[in-house]
Amino acid sequence: MSSLDATFSALADPTRRAILARLAKGEATVMELTEPFEMTQPAISQHLKVLEDAGLIVRRVDGTKRPRRLAKAGIEAMDQWLAMLRKALQKNYDRLDEVLADMEKDKIGETR
Amino acid sequence: MSKLTLKTEGDTHVVVTRRFAAPPEAVYRAHTDPKLVQKWMLGPEGWTMPVCINEARQGGKIRYEWSNGKGGGFHLTGEFLELEPYSRIVHVERMHLPDPTPDNHIETRFDADGTGTVMTMRMTLPDAQTRAAMLATGMESGMEASYVRLEGMI
Repeated sequence: MSSLDATFSALADPTRRAILARLAKGEATVMELTEPFEMTQPAISQHLKVLEDAGLIVRRVDGTKRPRRLAKAGIEAMDQWLAMLRKALQKNYDRLDEVLADMEKDKIGETR
Repeated sequence: MSKLTLKTEGDTHVVVTRRFAAPPEAVYRAHTDPKLVQKWMLGPEGWTMPVCINEARQGGKIRYEWSNGKGGGFHLTGEFLELEPYSRIVHVERMHLPDPTPDNHIETRFDADGTGTVMTMRMTLPDAQTRAAMLATGMESGMEASYVRLEGMI
């Protein structure tokens, strides 16, 4: 079970976001994930552990390999809340645009 | 130009920015005059705010009650901590779902931008349990399930 704090801490790092972007294209091994970065495999493994602990990625056993892939649930639950907030605010501020336009009209009316 | 941006900051904050065509004084008033707040702070289509208490002074109380017109609703209470007309508001608020959520500390800034205003709101992210409760209260009703793409946050 991951907390939202852990999730956002995990997303706060550019390397980890790049790893997630790579995994969004499909499963990858630690070696494949290490390739694009100027980092050692243990350093990448450390980032993978943070992402795993945050519930953003999961690993599978395949012989000696441990390919990682995105864990949909963790990302979608957070997305869902942010999407809800965004939509509510968008509607609110579109209405506020109208309220502000009316205030401006009233002001012009008063000065006439 | 008036597009909303919503970004996470660190592990506990959400920062929202939005530009408005009106000057800071008007945008500030629209946040501190209950008659004006009642017209726009409504969330999804179909919701109204039958009760709007907004005592815009230090220590003043906030109470917003929303209704979906079908017997559903929830309310929010809060207090003003700091007000600097017409540039800054700091307040805390909590939702009652019906149990109160942890306090959300919100700083709202109004900065002049040409003839308009750039508003920046910095709020605390709710914990996972609070988020789930908020999603479950029916706040999402009328909102089709659309997901912010992960790339949007990256």
